[in-house]
Amino acid sequence: MLGGYVASILAAGWITLSLALVSLLLAVLIGIAAALAKLSHSRTLRIIAGTYTSLVRGIPDLVMMLLVFYSLPAILNQKAQDLGWNVYIEFSPFVAGAATLGLIFGAYMTETFRGALMNIPKGQLEAAQAYGLTRFRIFWRILLPQMARLALPGFTNNWLVLAKATALVSLLGLPDVMFRAKGAAEATAQPFTFYLLAGGFYLAITAISLFALSLVARRYEVGVKELAR
Amino acid sequence: MQKLRVSDIHKSFGKAKVLNGIGLEAAAGDVISIIGSSGSGKSTFLRCINMLERPNAGSIIVNGEALELTPDARDGTLKARSPAQLQRIRAKLAMVFQNFCLWSHMSVLDNVVEAPVSVLKVSRKEALDRAKTYLEKVGLKPETFTRYPSQLSGGQQQRVAIARALAMDPDVMLFDEPTSALDPELVGEVLRVMQALAEEGRTMVVVTHEMGFARHLSSKVMFLHGGRVEEEGAPDDIFGKPESERLRQFLAGRLQV
Repeated sequence: MLGGYVASILAAGWITLSLALVSLLLAVLIGIAAALAKLSHSRTLRIIAGTYTSLVRGIPDLVMMLLVFYSLPAILNQKAQDLGWNVYIEFSPFVAGAATLGLIFGAYMTETFRGALMNIPKGQLEAAQAYGLTRFRIFWRILLPQMARLALPGFTNNWLVLAKATALVSLLGLPDVMFRAKGAAEATAQPFTFYLLAGGFYLAITAISLFALSLVARRYEVGVKELAR
Repeated sequence: MQKLRVSDIHKSFGKAKVLNGIGLEAAAGDVISIIGSSGSGKSTFLRCINMLERPNAGSIIVNGEALELTPDARDGTLKARSPAQLQRIRAKLAMVFQNFCLWSHMSVLDNVVEAPVSVLKVSRKEALDRAKTYLEKVGLKPETFTRYPSQLSGGQQQRVAIARALAMDPDVMLFDEPTSALDPELVGEVLRVMQALAEEGRTMVVVTHEMGFARHLSSKVMFLHGGRVEEEGAPDDIFGKPESERLRQFLAGRLQV
């Protein structure tokens, strides 16, 4: 009987994992865009990105998640009704969770990426400009690869926190590892066993990530022991 | 044939006027050395030529094509009207930097190949062939081609940077104090490469502290002071019979060292 619970928790692992990966993808895209906005010449873009990061980093993850899951659809539906549209919007826990986590960790990624971009020697950017590279090409060939390397420690940190923060989405009813562990703990009155199992699952994800990312770091270090100005 | 004509460049940083109407003309094969003490505006002037610094006024003509400039409403500097034209003109003005500014995540070969492939649309295979030719020309051994910039000495890095410039087949090469960041024993290898370029008829504008280079390899020397051309002329005149008191002081200070 216990085996059935264990299996159901582990089977929920892929939900947790895919939620974490979708959120990460979103966070990275938002992070790159907002980091570039923060470093851009346009004052408007800088203000928008600055407001975003200070707002998002200042509100607890859980509050934000509940706002997105419960309040945002309510507001949208009210608006739709006012406009006379016959639509009803509802977020699935997965979508709301991924969107919120992407938004939250996008703000942390923004700061990580911004720091990395600022640490690329300015001369390398100037050299690319002086040789006539287009803005896209400069970003793609000169900035992005170096940003990836410089951002790796901060990125790793953000990813670990994000992977664990997915557990919050169980509060929206997403049947992830945490949700199943809670169910099993309550049904069997053996919280220690099942929460420990859930804890072990998150630990496994983070341990594997640390190992994989250390391999990536080693690859990036080839030939670049120090920055040549 | 005229390769470069820069006229009446003015540049301010905030309230400080750094350049007060400087210009130069370079015909094919000219080697123009720009000398002056630090703060005279010589590097800023060079960086205005390829718009790494935006001048407040002036005009730039490269190989007969005038760069279209338009005032930027935000700060009153001039910016290129068309990014595409700016890129095209910059590609004709290859710059060699004081700090080499090689792309540290790319191998030596990739550093040289990048701009020809992405800007001049040369095929990668042809660009690689050309890159190897130029790298050998600046005296780098084939085993260094796959290394990264941080694995090379300063002199080797600067020679890679010169090969990167040559690979663009530029109309004019701009050198911004190319030996100032080098250890003294490495200066010679870079100067020898520059000498070879000067002798084969490359058009070069060189901001330098190397008076030997300015005197013996340039066709014209400009002495800058306070954002103006204080004196200019043939190297023998500038070094042999300087007219302005400031130039005399400058040269005297150099010779005692």
